[in-house]
Amino acid sequence: MESLAHTTFWFVSGRELFLFLHLLGLACFLFILSRRLRPLLAAQRDFRFDHPLLRLGRVLEYWLGQWRHPRFRYAGAMHILIFAGFLILASHAFALLGLGISDRFATAESALYGAIRQYAATVVFLCMILAAVRRLVLRPARYPRSADAIFLLGLIALLMAADGFFEGSQAATHGNLLATFSLAWFVGKGLAAASFAHLRNIHLGAYLTHEVTFFFLLCYRPFGIQFHVETSLFSIYFAKLQRGTIKPVRWGVPEDRLDGLASFGVKQFEDFTWKHILDFYSCADCGRCAELCPANAVGRALSPRALTIKARDYVFRRYPVFGPSRDGVPLVGGLFSEDEIWSCTTCGSCEAECPLLVEYIDKIVDLRRGLVDDGKAPQSLHKPLKALESRGNPFGKMEKKRADWAQGTVPVVNGAVVRTLYFVDSITSYDDRMQSIGRAVARILGRMEENFAMLGARERDSGHDVRRFGEETLFLALRDHNTEAIRASGASRIVTADPHAFNALKHDYKDMPPVEHISQVVARAVRTGQIRLKPADGSVYTYHDPCYLGRHNGIYEDPREAMDAIPGLRRVEMERSRDRSFCCGGGGLAQFYEAKERERMGLRRVRMAAEAGANVMVTACPFCMANIEDAIKVAGLEGRMTAIDLAELVDRQMETADSGAGN
Amino acid sequence: MEILVCVKRVPDTSENEIQLNAAGTDIERDDLVYAVNEPDNYAVEEALQIVSRTGGNVTVVTVGGEEDEEVLRREMAMGAQHAVLISDDAFRESDGRGIAALFKEFVEAGHYDLILTGVQADDGCAQVGGMLAAMLDYPFASLVTAIEVVDSGTLKIAREIEGGCKEIHAIDLPCVLSIQTGINEPRYVGMRGIRQVASVPIPQLSAPDLALALAFAGKNNARVVRTDYFVPPAGKGAEILAGSREEVIEKLLDLLKTKGGLN
Amino acid sequence: MARIFAYIAHKGGVADDSAAELPAVASKIDPAQPPTAIVTGWGAGLDQVCESLCSTYSEVWKIAQEPLAYPNAELVRTALASVLPAGSILLVPHNHFGVDLSPGLAINLDAAYVPDVVEIEGVEGRWLKAARQEFGGLISAHVRCDILTGAVLNIRPGAFRAAESAPAGGRVVDKAAEVGPLSARRRYVETIAAEVGDVDITKEPVLVSIGRGIGEQENIAIAEDLAEAMGAAVSCSRPVVDAKWMDKSRQVGSSGKTVRPKVYVACGISGSFQHLAGLKGNPFLVAINKNPKAPIFRVADVGIVDDMLEFLPALANAVREESVIPGKRGGAHD
Repeated sequence: MESLAHTTFWFVSGRELFLFLHLLGLACFLFILSRRLRPLLAAQRDFRFDHPLLRLGRVLEYWLGQWRHPRFRYAGAMHILIFAGFLILASHAFALLGLGISDRFATAESALYGAIRQYAATVVFLCMILAAVRRLVLRPARYPRSADAIFLLGLIALLMAADGFFEGSQAATHGNLLATFSLAWFVGKGLAAASFAHLRNIHLGAYLTHEVTFFFLLCYRPFGIQFHVETSLFSIYFAKLQRGTIKPVRWGVPEDRLDGLASFGVKQFEDFTWKHILDFYSCADCGRCAELCPANAVGRALSPRALTIKARDYVFRRYPVFGPSRDGVPLVGGLFSEDEIWSCTTCGSCEAECPLLVEYIDKIVDLRRGLVDDGKAPQSLHKPLKALESRGNPFGKMEKKRADWAQGTVPVVNGAVVRTLYFVDSITSYDDRMQSIGRAVARILGRMEENFAMLGARERDSGHDVRRFGEETLFLALRDHNTEAIRASGASRIVTADPHAFNALKHDYKDMPPVEHISQVVARAVRTGQIRLKPADGSVYTYHDPCYLGRHNGIYEDPREAMDAIPGLRRVEMERSRDRSFCCGGGGLAQFYEAKERERMGLRRVRMAAEAGANVMVTACPFCMANIEDAIKVAGLEGRMTAIDLAELVDRQMETADSGAGN
Repeated sequence: MEILVCVKRVPDTSENEIQLNAAGTDIERDDLVYAVNEPDNYAVEEALQIVSRTGGNVTVVTVGGEEDEEVLRREMAMGAQHAVLISDDAFRESDGRGIAALFKEFVEAGHYDLILTGVQADDGCAQVGGMLAAMLDYPFASLVTAIEVVDSGTLKIAREIEGGCKEIHAIDLPCVLSIQTGINEPRYVGMRGIRQVASVPIPQLSAPDLALALAFAGKNNARVVRTDYFVPPAGKGAEILAGSREEVIEKLLDLLKTKGGLN
Repeated sequence: MARIFAYIAHKGGVADDSAAELPAVASKIDPAQPPTAIVTGWGAGLDQVCESLCSTYSEVWKIAQEPLAYPNAELVRTALASVLPAGSILLVPHNHFGVDLSPGLAINLDAAYVPDVVEIEGVEGRWLKAARQEFGGLISAHVRCDILTGAVLNIRPGAFRAAESAPAGGRVVDKAAEVGPLSARRRYVETIAAEVGDVDITKEPVLVSIGRGIGEQENIAIAEDLAEAMGAAVSCSRPVVDAKWMDKSRQVGSSGKTVRPKVYVACGISGSFQHLAGLKGNPFLVAINKNPKAPIFRVADVGIVDDMLEFLPALANAVREESVIPGKRGGAHD
């Protein structure tokens, strides 16, 4: 066949035409890209250039390896196929473009590659059709009716079809069909009877279609969800490395200089960091985050994907590709509602699901920081925050009574060096239901002959949720107070039964001795035989993964191991477990915020346990306990479902010298 | 509009910590935390909202000592433009009339269109606002739950009365209003805000500045004096009413009547 | 001993309950002197009230002026200040009206002022000794008040039992002429009634509060019935709101509202930490719960171990009978 580069199109040669089109397309794309970069340059700094090898490893895992995708089976499988197809076809696409300019791009490719890429194109084409059918006919809830999505599916299908016709017409001309049953093969078969002139026209037409569609897509993608094709590599490379942490108020501003800042948090759009804006670009609107978000499930105003898409539309409007920047509406009160921002329990389900590693918690905390700075903390939080400031606990109880729960049975740090510090935190210290968790932990540690003590009245709230609700200054005050007390105790390790305290000590506090959750201590003790557990009763148990023990810190197996070490214990898993555990409703300050919702998260969770066939819910967090026990009553399951803390369970089942065999 | 808000620093009683001290002479103050009187805080928020619409300044004033400066600072962190501390040994242990007299002289030295107080403070007297108004010969309204500025000389206010009903009045300026909680949603004042006003100097007025009030202020001029605190005898735990249901109901009815439970 | 007056509030031609209580207060100040009632108002309603007061007061000072038709405390203050003799002791009920009237009136009369009096200990020379409460009722205080130049005493309604006394055969004295022009610097416009369903539990003095023990949504009517009989409002604990049986505005607790009632009847409420955190001011706490071990019994004043679903209707009936014929039940004599 005559080379494309030398064909004459109207008055110009192929080479001239296609070179012009390539350069035009590329120029448009680069122009659009530069415009899309503008808000990133106006945004706040974000330190994401550390640990390049680690980041590259994650790119291999999440970008190349599509590691998150199979969490949703069908969509995940399709996407993997499409992505693989794109990678396979990438070099071919460039070769195809090159063909228009110079015949040198017509180098012979191996038959194998040729076949592979034609099958890849076929698979992609079929996936486009399947995806369109799924969206239009099956309509999964997390896909909104989006003409844009169908349009894009159509364009990619067109691209594949154009390629198919290009190949097919060529094959029909030369009579060498490859890749049986591929798209190109079908086309070739179909065109077998066509005249050479006809084939020639189809060939050129397909090429032009491919050319135009390719560049159209290239320039169209940055205007919608498909931008993730370009940005995903970067959003994954620059993604946050450490779970459970919160970004500093301002990167590059050390804590002792925070007082000098004019404003805290995100109040206007440019207060976001460039990585956050990149996240807005990268969202593919797949809806996985919203599907898993417990706040969304119970009808709260929050939907993570909506947050991102609204922000993305906002940045597109405010920094349009064509035209000057426009003024924006205020973020909270305009784009987002206050209830939306306060509804988040920071459970992390969204971040655990997102295939593009889009971050949510930092953004919400930053928005909250902005609200708090402007005096807009919700009314129901004023009292607990004031109490935290003056009494070191959100209940307003007296500091000197913080250790009263132990009734003298737990040693308090008093000058002698202690090996293990038991960090109790506020709810376990003051809530009379949760105090029994504290006593159980103390008994467990006692029987393990730990040299342990607690800070007693010197302990203040860990401040974990004070930080996550945007009151950074108060958090720092609490943290500094506790840090000093912990250092003064001389403890070389810390144990806690409160996952929020655990997370705070591990990630928010600096230079702490190693911290463990009681479930880790028990699991190890059970493995080494240090503690023995009596046989279980006949109940059916299920373990509810607390968000800050499970998702944020990856501790899933230790609590299960501890439970399974109870001989004869019947344990079932709820449908949503481990990193898909369904948040109980939130802890810390979330207990005081009343979001507008259809029903309580805890109620949903209790029903899940009942559905799994359990009649005892085991949890390892006092906030989970509070929410779940409440929900059991509301669900009308009192007497049929109970809740017990892991420490209470282990304490109950622990064999002591005086507990005879088989009780 | 120039608005003055009289505030008071009071013990925070959220957790029932008020107890007699060992000597029985006062309440146990060692473990108390103090805060601005809650209705006063609502008053400051209301003042701030009014001046954000009409322009002007909000001044907060309190009678006390150095330890009372913290509530003035907190209200400044909230947005009040000026703060004044009225402090002198001669003013100690004033009764309500004495406090009102001090405020009266302060008001007359300045110019304020509107004076707000909280409806009542820790002692539950609910008196300084009304007394101040009578001393100044300004109109007064208590238990105010809504304020609307009609014009530069008149306000329309709502007062809370029994049964959840509201009384609407028109009141001439300058006037004194005592503000009930719930009139608005006060903005949050965080640690950061308070830190930022920590070193703002607060002017202090003492006896020579308020000489005319000396006849009313201070312990010796107090007409109402608290002689002691006491705890009325109360049982431990619930008294479980025994007997048949009818007997129990009878005993309960009696108790309810004396405790004001039957209307 | 100064002359003692009692300010009588009234509505619709009927005197307020305090009219019967204030003579008991007066007798504790000066047993030898029956108090004089002083009433302001206008029209037939006022006349009716004054007539009825003659049976408990030896003298009734009537101030009838048209601007006083609605009890505007600012106008009443001016009227009383013109009429009351110097050095008088005035008793006023401590309520929405009393706090509006008395502080300023005391200044106008150059009299001492003691608000919210719950007990009168007696008089020693120029000092009157009384008791009141501080810190929202958490602690009581004795006060002494210099009555040399008179006093205004606001009396807590219900703190003093109405004294049964022999008919006083009082006469009505018209004092309207002694009142000068009434300043109109605060002008009454209207009263807006509370919306039905718009109950603010934080302002209710008596609450019937329900918890999980209510069992089902239909049973809430039992609590509402009792509340109606008692003149109270219904509040609840969190599980009732979670179950969507009552509105969030009725919830008492750390994540609900903080209430300071005088009387709190907790029905089927276990007494959780979070719930009790919303209950302040040391109310008279009645706990009704079928579980004798319920934590609420530790903090209640009075406990009843019974099934609330049966107890409440019986109690409501008894309350209704009581209000029709007080004292009929033959308990303590008033």
